Amino acid sequence: MTPDLVGGVESPDYASHDRAGHGPYKPVFTGDLKRELDELLTRYPNKMAALLPALWIVQREHSWVSEEAMVEVAELLDLTPAYVKGVVTFYTMYHQHPVGRYFIQVCTTSPCGICGAEDVVKAFLRHTNTGELGITSPDGKFTVIEVECLGACGFATPVMVNEEFIESVTPDKVPELLSRLK
Amino acid sequence: MGFPHHPHPRETPVLSQYFGDAEARTLDGWKKRGGYKALEKALGMQPADIVNIVKESGLRGRGGAGFPTGMKWSFMKPGDGKPHYLCCNADESEPGTFKDRELMRWTPHALVEGCAIGAYAIGAETAYVYIRGEFTEPLYWMEQAVKEAYAAGIIGKNAMGTGKRVDVHVHKGAGAYICGEETALMNSLEGRRGNPRIKPPFPAVSGVFGMPTTINNVETLIASAPILMNGAEWYKKMSLSNPKSTGTKLFSVCGNVQRPGTYEVQMGFPFKEFLYDLCGGPLHGRKFKAVIPGGASVPIQTMDEAEATLMDYEGFVAQGSMLGSGGVIVIDDAQPMVTVIARIARFFAHESCAQCTQCREGTAWTTKILERIRDGEGTTEDLDTLLDIAEQMTGKTICVLSDSCAVPVVSGIKKFRGEFEALIQGRKFHPVIAAVA
Amino acid sequence: MTEQKMVNLTIENRPVTVPEGTTILEAAKLAGVLIPHYCYHPGLPVAGVCRMCLVEVEKAPKLAPSCATTVAEGQVVHVHSDKSLDARKGVLEMLLINHPLDCPICDQSGECELQDYTYQEGRDDSRYREPKRFNPAEDFGGDVIYVPNRCILCTRCVRFMDDVAHEPTLNVSERGDRALIGKFEGRDMTHPWAANVVDLCPVGALLSKDFLNKARAWELDRTSSICPNCTQGCNVIMETRENQVVRMRPRANEYVNAFFMCDWGRLNYRWMNERDRVEKPMVRQGAGLVATSWELAIAAAARAISGKKVFVAASPMLSNESLFLLTELMQGGSGAFRVAEGEEAPLPGVDDLALRRERAANVYGAEKLGFRKTGDLLGALGQGDVLVVAGEDLAGIASSALTRASDIIVIGSVLPEAAAKASVVLPIANFAEEEGTVTNLRGRVQRFTQARQAPGESRPSWLVLGDLLGALGKQSNFFLPSEVFARLAGSHKSFAGLSYDKIGFKGLPVVDAASNGPKAPIAVGAA
Repeated sequence: MTPDLVGGVESPDYASHDRAGHGPYKPVFTGDLKRELDELLTRYPNKMAALLPALWIVQREHSWVSEEAMVEVAELLDLTPAYVKGVVTFYTMYHQHPVGRYFIQVCTTSPCGICGAEDVVKAFLRHTNTGELGITSPDGKFTVIEVECLGACGFATPVMVNEEFIESVTPDKVPELLSRLK
Repeated sequence: MGFPHHPHPRETPVLSQYFGDAEARTLDGWKKRGGYKALEKALGMQPADIVNIVKESGLRGRGGAGFPTGMKWSFMKPGDGKPHYLCCNADESEPGTFKDRELMRWTPHALVEGCAIGAYAIGAETAYVYIRGEFTEPLYWMEQAVKEAYAAGIIGKNAMGTGKRVDVHVHKGAGAYICGEETALMNSLEGRRGNPRIKPPFPAVSGVFGMPTTINNVETLIASAPILMNGAEWYKKMSLSNPKSTGTKLFSVCGNVQRPGTYEVQMGFPFKEFLYDLCGGPLHGRKFKAVIPGGASVPIQTMDEAEATLMDYEGFVAQGSMLGSGGVIVIDDAQPMVTVIARIARFFAHESCAQCTQCREGTAWTTKILERIRDGEGTTEDLDTLLDIAEQMTGKTICVLSDSCAVPVVSGIKKFRGEFEALIQGRKFHPVIAAVA
Repeated sequence: MTEQKMVNLTIENRPVTVPEGTTILEAAKLAGVLIPHYCYHPGLPVAGVCRMCLVEVEKAPKLAPSCATTVAEGQVVHVHSDKSLDARKGVLEMLLINHPLDCPICDQSGECELQDYTYQEGRDDSRYREPKRFNPAEDFGGDVIYVPNRCILCTRCVRFMDDVAHEPTLNVSERGDRALIGKFEGRDMTHPWAANVVDLCPVGALLSKDFLNKARAWELDRTSSICPNCTQGCNVIMETRENQVVRMRPRANEYVNAFFMCDWGRLNYRWMNERDRVEKPMVRQGAGLVATSWELAIAAAARAISGKKVFVAASPMLSNESLFLLTELMQGGSGAFRVAEGEEAPLPGVDDLALRRERAANVYGAEKLGFRKTGDLLGALGQGDVLVVAGEDLAGIASSALTRASDIIVIGSVLPEAAAKASVVLPIANFAEEEGTVTNLRGRVQRFTQARQAPGESRPSWLVLGDLLGALGKQSNFFLPSEVFARLAGSHKSFAGLSYDKIGFKGLPVVDAASNGPKAPIAVGAA
């Protein structure tokens, strides 16, 4: 038995998006995406419950959740932008600012911490040329952050690159891993 | 099942027997392995009879609190004219715990089946599986499984052709530990901030969308299927020590140990043999120093305590800790305890929802003091202050996140006070040999 | 109505009986015990987050948040036991660890619950040795400024905007100790009731721009009054400093305004401080008006009125008492009033509460007492009538409209330009300067009291009118406004049986009010 350790879940390619958020805002929920939202709405007894899924669609399409997007979602779900913002800021996975094309999250909570996660973080900072947590590399490719428990403690150190979940990363594996990210 | 390692002969794989078996993820593969037979059986029974069997089996909540599942289901009053909801708590975010992740990514159909059985038993037509956003892989497989199950008519408005409606929806979280607290999960599912609610009202009276709701852990729901198929007696008999802890339990093991992974053993298995035999003991040249046996929020055990423990709800309590979520964090003698505890406190400070004063301020304050001690800037008074803050953080807030932060601090200072004092007195922590990277 | 079940319990050794479902905190109030609290407010849904109101309930395993725990038969509650005091001391210490302790420059100082409870039962030191968090102050728009460093995250403001104003403008942003109250860029606190969050804030985190740095709380004199700015008649506390009204704040009245008042009413107080006033009684001498004594002026007015039909152009800001005395003066004549209008702005979370279209205190009373509401104020002024202008500024009315009058008497705080030809001018106090009653749009008679001194020789309107009636030979010997009211109650069926004592400071409806206002105390934010 050879367990398939990496799930092989395709990560969306954000490369085509206007990542810096310049230019006029393009609404997310038109055409197919509006239909996707409408389908989501059938799952819940009220509109508000579709807020988290709607924000996920926004982030999938725009790679971050801008204030304009919050207004759009608020209007669609009969909420106020302030309410939506309160929710967005509660959940750490919604990006309130543009991030690098590859958003790298390294788990450093205790179980990974005692298995050397700090060194993995350092390796990422060095090899991505970001230097500092939360900073996007000059070429716009990478943003590295520390994340609280990713829930794969037995596979220290787990790392998420956008939506891709990579297990058992050690500092020496970092260069090879990064070379896959074009 | 020792995943990702070979199964150990002393394990009892019931829920975990198909870990690593890619075919089990598909509907056909799952059916080939006896899948959805339990649901078929359930839909032919009276809901009350299902509840009784689960009650009789002694199954207790596998998420941490250990509340008897059958009793929880029986709180849902049939025929009250209101829609009932089942929520599956798949927000597994307790540091050290990753069993539900394995269950969902290897046997997603088992959870769809468990949800459908649970929903039918409590009179609900809708089940929501709330999966934390970081679990991209379990999310993917769960969504596939739900899609397949709908397409095959296993769930939907005419589940398995019985005319009964059971909908299962996957709901993706977005990064908040506290959403694993049941009422916070409901708020999050409703599109709110994940703030825990004041109880009462309890979820069975007013839960998600203000309706009667039952919320169960992934492992609990999945366990209901084999119980229905094999009977309550079979499940009860698997208890090795205390009859109040029945069946098998998944333990996820991480930290400084030879073979980290997810193991399934019968309740009451000796912890010492579990750690040294199944998990392979300490890393080369190291000794175990401490164990946090039930996720980061339970008391830290010394090795004396851990080695005397029988692995069930009562057994961990008898040895100064709790079974919790079954996330075993093993710490060896290369790890400075102050650093470990400070990092746990920082986790809770990061995750506090900010509602209650003691939690919002106390978790952050605790972290700052611990990190100061860690950096050699501590004073003797700091330890008293820490214990006093911990006292203020215990039993005084809406949920137990605040208590969870206090627990490792109190047990850490109590059991490893020497390490704190050494740092305060200016002695650096020196492991015997340099830590293994 | 079904009989409400009553529950008996003991709080701090005091037996108390309250309806089933009452919270321990409210029951304790009835027992005369104030349980310290921050997030709880009777006008808002319960949040239970500040954990300040923890009390010890015998046989309960943990301390109970008294705002969220309902009473039970036979319960024994200890508010000041060692355990509860210790818990509250802990909360207070935590609330202060990141607080800037900038009381000397904080507007809330002196009326701050953080100060009060810390003084009452907090620690006398802090064990906090770490750096404090800092966030810059933010202009929330409208009349509201937010100072996050002082915020204790009680969320009263958020709940008010969500559940009472029904316009979620504020949120809790971020989480953990980074949390703060936030709003959305460009969506300001411009809801017509938004400034209530300043009153609701128990600390100095939400401040009024209008009141910013204007006065220290302990310099203020406080008077029970009624907001005169619309017909709702919100109960208020009028606050003055050195004889100037500097702030109006809502006073709780479950039958009228719950705990709230609108921004327009709240901020519209400056006219009461206006300095451009008539300060002495005056009589006409040739082409001009000359100052004289009250005796001579009253006598002159009486001479002008005596035996004539009188037309009264009254202000709907006048009290029931003054309007009533004006009707006694008419001698077969009539009276009219006009009222300024604006847009109605309801507060959706409270039954029957709005900034009303009609922007004056006593429209209902004026109509009840026989004054005709009209846009054409002087339309009914007959040829040869004596015109009494009472409290009206005659703005927008040309002096030519007054030529039909044989004589003009002005009883007011200003001399209207159109009435420059008046033969007598009697200076009266304005709304803030005298005592009386007004009747709100639902017919509720409510008392207001004097908040500031009237300038110069101005006298309360009821006193001036009483003297004038006396000079006309009518029985009128009033020393107090309550005596005028007693006469009103004795002669007008709508006011029959009412008295100042009975009205108290929550008001009572007139006998024939179409509606008595909300019958039960207003339920706020009910699900």
